[in-house]
Amino acid sequence: MFKNVSELVHLAETQNKQISEIMIEQEMEVTNRSRKEIIAQMDKNLTVMEEAVERGIRGVTSHSGLTGGDAVLLQNYIKKGSFLSGETILDAVSKAVATNEVNAAMGTICATPTAGSAGVVPGTLFAVRDKLQPTREQMVKFLFTSGAFGFVVANNASISGAAGGCQAEVGSAAGMAAAAIVEMAGGTPSQCAEAMAITLKNMLGLVCDPVAGLVEVPCVKRNAMGAANAMVAADMALAGITSRIPCDEVIDAMFKIGQQMPRSLRETAEGGLAATPTGRSLEAKIFGVPRVKRD
Amino acid sequence: MKYKSVFDIIGPVMIGPSSSHTAGAARIGRVARSLFGREPKWAKISLYESFAKTYRGHGTDVAIVGGLLDFDTDDKRIIKALEIAKEHNIQYEFIEESAVAEHPNTARIIIGDENGELELVGISIGGGKIEITELNGFHLKLSGHHPAILVVHNDRFGVIASVSNILGSHEINIGHMEVSRKEIGKMALMTIEVDQNINESIIEEISKLPNITQVARVVD
Repeated sequence: MFKNVSELVHLAETQNKQISEIMIEQEMEVTNRSRKEIIAQMDKNLTVMEEAVERGIRGVTSHSGLTGGDAVLLQNYIKKGSFLSGETILDAVSKAVATNEVNAAMGTICATPTAGSAGVVPGTLFAVRDKLQPTREQMVKFLFTSGAFGFVVANNASISGAAGGCQAEVGSAAGMAAAAIVEMAGGTPSQCAEAMAITLKNMLGLVCDPVAGLVEVPCVKRNAMGAANAMVAADMALAGITSRIPCDEVIDAMFKIGQQMPRSLRETAEGGLAATPTGRSLEAKIFGVPRVKRD
Repeated sequence: MKYKSVFDIIGPVMIGPSSSHTAGAARIGRVARSLFGREPKWAKISLYESFAKTYRGHGTDVAIVGGLLDFDTDDKRIIKALEIAKEHNIQYEFIEESAVAEHPNTARIIIGDENGELELVGISIGGGKIEITELNGFHLKLSGHHPAILVVHNDRFGVIASVSNILGSHEINIGHMEVSRKEIGKMALMTIEVDQNINESIIEEISKLPNITQVARVVD
């Protein structure tokens, strides 16, 4: 079993395999299941993701009314053609938003690695699909590569906002996505690790401060920017840019920052955006009274 | 390593909005239901820290009750779990605890009916993955991701060997095992995670062994 990113990259490069292949082989060994079964299960997850993206792009609204409809706005904006950044990146952003809007509406999603951060991996995947024209098999592999990097983060740091803040959720998701984009675009295993490191470095310190305790504000827009971050970092890594701090050390830094983060900024809805006047008044409106004591 | 499978990371497929507060919560409820072995008539659910602060927004209450009704994380009936529980005449109560817990997402569930009760503490560690840390006052570590049996027994020599002999004779492999007791020579608990599902006849066989008080099964 690979314990960290450096072992994962070493395994892939010495055996001349992709990261996704190392992950598939490990899964076969650990769970004692056949390649066919494992691929079939991931294929099902891919279908769930695709359905969530499509549903979100058609437009949903959450029960609280706080989120929904932004994926539609962005898709319409892209169609007008007057955008400034880039079509693929905006498409990734809108599809990440779409997934999280469905999640907020208590729809069916696949956690990647969590529900609150479920938009980034499918958002980027379905956006680069249009650009790279992958086969279904390559799309499934994208999820194994994401999973391999998420596996390292989950075991060495955290993927829980309550334990490590949003950096552990959207930060991890964005790093996972960046690495998988690099593999799909033909980059090397080391470049995957560089993309993960560059992404996560730019998510360090991100707190978990959901308004009214709901996985809506700011979660949906953090997924949007997580997707954008992943796309740019993937391009940087593919251009040959490396991270001065190795990926495993970035993951370790993320873990330590999470431990130093005060409880009020770890999914308790007591600090940050949740404690702003507007955050509190939205909370009062949704629940009738402010549930959480004011600071 | 806490996470062993890629599907702990890419998965579960679930009803939103939170993997730890919704999917994990549903799994904790479902393990309690499975250990109790039947639908409870009442439930007292204490929530700690992040669970206590944000449960309404995340649907943690709905999800735990959904789990007690035996719903899986992707079962759409979770959304209506509180109403369904009322239809089934299940009395439930939520208590927001202010005490500091070992883990930020902690729930203590006490369920019961006229024939007995069960108390369990579960933590939701991220991405929908859970651990059961306490059962009827015993400390333990149960992931809920593998088939497992829990054996309450008298703390005597040879009891552990006799249980593992029965599993061995049915070609069931033990993946993880833990034994805890409250006092030397008194009540003890074996937590055994196995690779295959254990059928009812094996449970009966174990129940008949000397010094065994209770056997409960957790089906994967």
